[in-house]
Amino acid sequence: MTDRALELAAPETPRSWVRRPASYWGGVATRLARDPVTLICAAILLAIVLVVIFAPLIGLDDPYQQSVVRRLKPPGTPGHLLGTDELGRDLLARLVYGGRTSLLMGFLPVLIATLVGGTLGIVAGYAGGLINTAVMRTIDVFYAFPSVLLAVAISGVLGGGVRNGLLALTLVFIPSIARVSESITMHVSTQDFVDAARATGAYPHQILIGHVLKNVVAPILVFASSLISISIVIAAGLSFLGLGVAPPIPEWGLMLSTLRPAIYVAPLNAVLPGVMIFVTSMCFNMMSDGFRNAMDVKA
Amino acid sequence: MVVSAPPAAATAEAPPAPDPRDVGGPRQPMLIAERLTKHFTLRGGSPGRRAVVRAVDEVSFDVRKGETLGIVGESGCGKSTTARLLIGLTRPDSGALVFDGEEVVASSGVAVRRLQRSVQMVFQDSYASLNPRLTLQETIAFGPRVCGDSRAAARERAQSVLRLVGLDPALFARRYPHELSGGQRQRVNIARALAMGPRLLILDEAVSALDKSIEAQVLNLLQELKARLSLTYVFISHDLNVVRFMSERVLVMYLGKVVEVGPVDRIYDNPRHPYTRALLSSRLSMNPRERRTIPPLAGEPPSLIDPPSGCRFRTRCALAEGICRAVAPALSAQGEDHLAACHAATPGSGHGAVAA
Repeated sequence: MTDRALELAAPETPRSWVRRPASYWGGVATRLARDPVTLICAAILLAIVLVVIFAPLIGLDDPYQQSVVRRLKPPGTPGHLLGTDELGRDLLARLVYGGRTSLLMGFLPVLIATLVGGTLGIVAGYAGGLINTAVMRTIDVFYAFPSVLLAVAISGVLGGGVRNGLLALTLVFIPSIARVSESITMHVSTQDFVDAARATGAYPHQILIGHVLKNVVAPILVFASSLISISIVIAAGLSFLGLGVAPPIPEWGLMLSTLRPAIYVAPLNAVLPGVMIFVTSMCFNMMSDGFRNAMDVKA
Repeated sequence: MVVSAPPAAATAEAPPAPDPRDVGGPRQPMLIAERLTKHFTLRGGSPGRRAVVRAVDEVSFDVRKGETLGIVGESGCGKSTTARLLIGLTRPDSGALVFDGEEVVASSGVAVRRLQRSVQMVFQDSYASLNPRLTLQETIAFGPRVCGDSRAAARERAQSVLRLVGLDPALFARRYPHELSGGQRQRVNIARALAMGPRLLILDEAVSALDKSIEAQVLNLLQELKARLSLTYVFISHDLNVVRFMSERVLVMYLGKVVEVGPVDRIYDNPRHPYTRALLSSRLSMNPRERRTIPPLAGEPPSLIDPPSGCRFRTRCALAEGICRAVAPALSAQGEDHLAACHAATPGSGHGAVAA
């Protein structure tokens, strides 16, 4: 009887009955598949992105074609599915083409700022000492201004236009991404496992690639993806103030601004660009939350 | 250089075969620390008058081949800094390290790296010392990989050391650290150190964070590995009973200085330094009738920034006299292989407790 119990307590080498994903990214995919909210948000974003990219192919009206007699038609008007704006231009076409500008303004500055700021922050955090002081104090100078104010100031100096708007937004995001990267890298590289790696005689770049980056890249990407929505909103704000995109180029923020006087006459038309900004930025935010959870091996 | 387990019967009695890597011969200590000093400069204050923490001050000792040297002392006495100096994670301000007859030069030459790999360390915090994003196999294989092993050879090696510490690679190789218990994690840390093929293992409070039954298992594993792989240990702990169980010789540190060093039985049965006596009497007795009411030692240890003149222990020592304030005691012989740094135990020191 006792022998039997002992036998049960110590089984011979069991086969691995827990199915293990093949790799880290395999595990991320498995966890994402179990998260419907993130998947739905990703699907909405994918749909928006596809429509926006293939805008010329889906048979929309000319977003620049004005018509004095067809101003502020309500949504559902024949020929104008979402109605028209204050100059009689098709709102659906303008929303789709405006999405091109808005998504570009949301995505590109964050991408460039992540590459630049992330590199600066990781180098500063890993190197420490004088390099850290030099980089981070410079960053602090930019960080002293609130981000919207800084964007307004930069594009005010540089002038309006898409290119200057992109530049202003990029400069606004570099400090915050650099700072987050630096603090994550600093935290990771003071852990015992980095010391243990150092004790194997590994060179600093081997430790950086093999141990530090793996712990640092995912949180930085998650932080950056949460900035995309902020970038869209700030870009819209710049246009609203007349500093970003210049009319007649369609852009969600600018459309919100020019439709504002019509809010009492045609509230639905006036609200639509705002709805697009809201839906897109919220989907980006919820998707980045989902990615953060999926990238955590402990989940 | 695959770790192959020798047959169990052979290791039980026979003395360990001479290690082919042995350079200096059996009498040459594995590691000699010669007047190691590490001072940390605190930030703040004007550059000329910054406070200096004398974490380790002219510490000299040797670690003999095949032994376990226990290092004990209160927190903040420099145990961990000493460990980091031995493994090369911290550069000493002055002093020298001699590994098996070869001096470890404080520059990053190739020879230094090779020596460094012969000394490995197991850290106290079993969780922080494993990369949370790497599987155990990836963590263990990292060391061999950077030493130039191929991917396959490094994986092979990781699996063989996992087996060596009693973890089945089929079950554990692809797990992440958070999926293990504390004891299992510490086994992985030991495996990671062993993967480098070290001759000297520094165990810095390696079992202190484990609960008692797991601690005993890991201690037994360490003893077994030491015999099988003819390792040498430096065993750092604040747990005096565990040190007695593990060590052949014990080194007692106080405020960055060595106060006493000797064979484990002499230190525990006939301590010569008043600090060692106080430390030993702070152990709890298993007998409730021997309940202790008076603390063996009062107060906090003095600051390392401004240590007392002369003997650093004099501010808390019952035997302190004028000479202790004036002159720092050197380590002096207290019988065979036993050294203590106390005027009261050194004839001719001028202390009232000994004949002049």
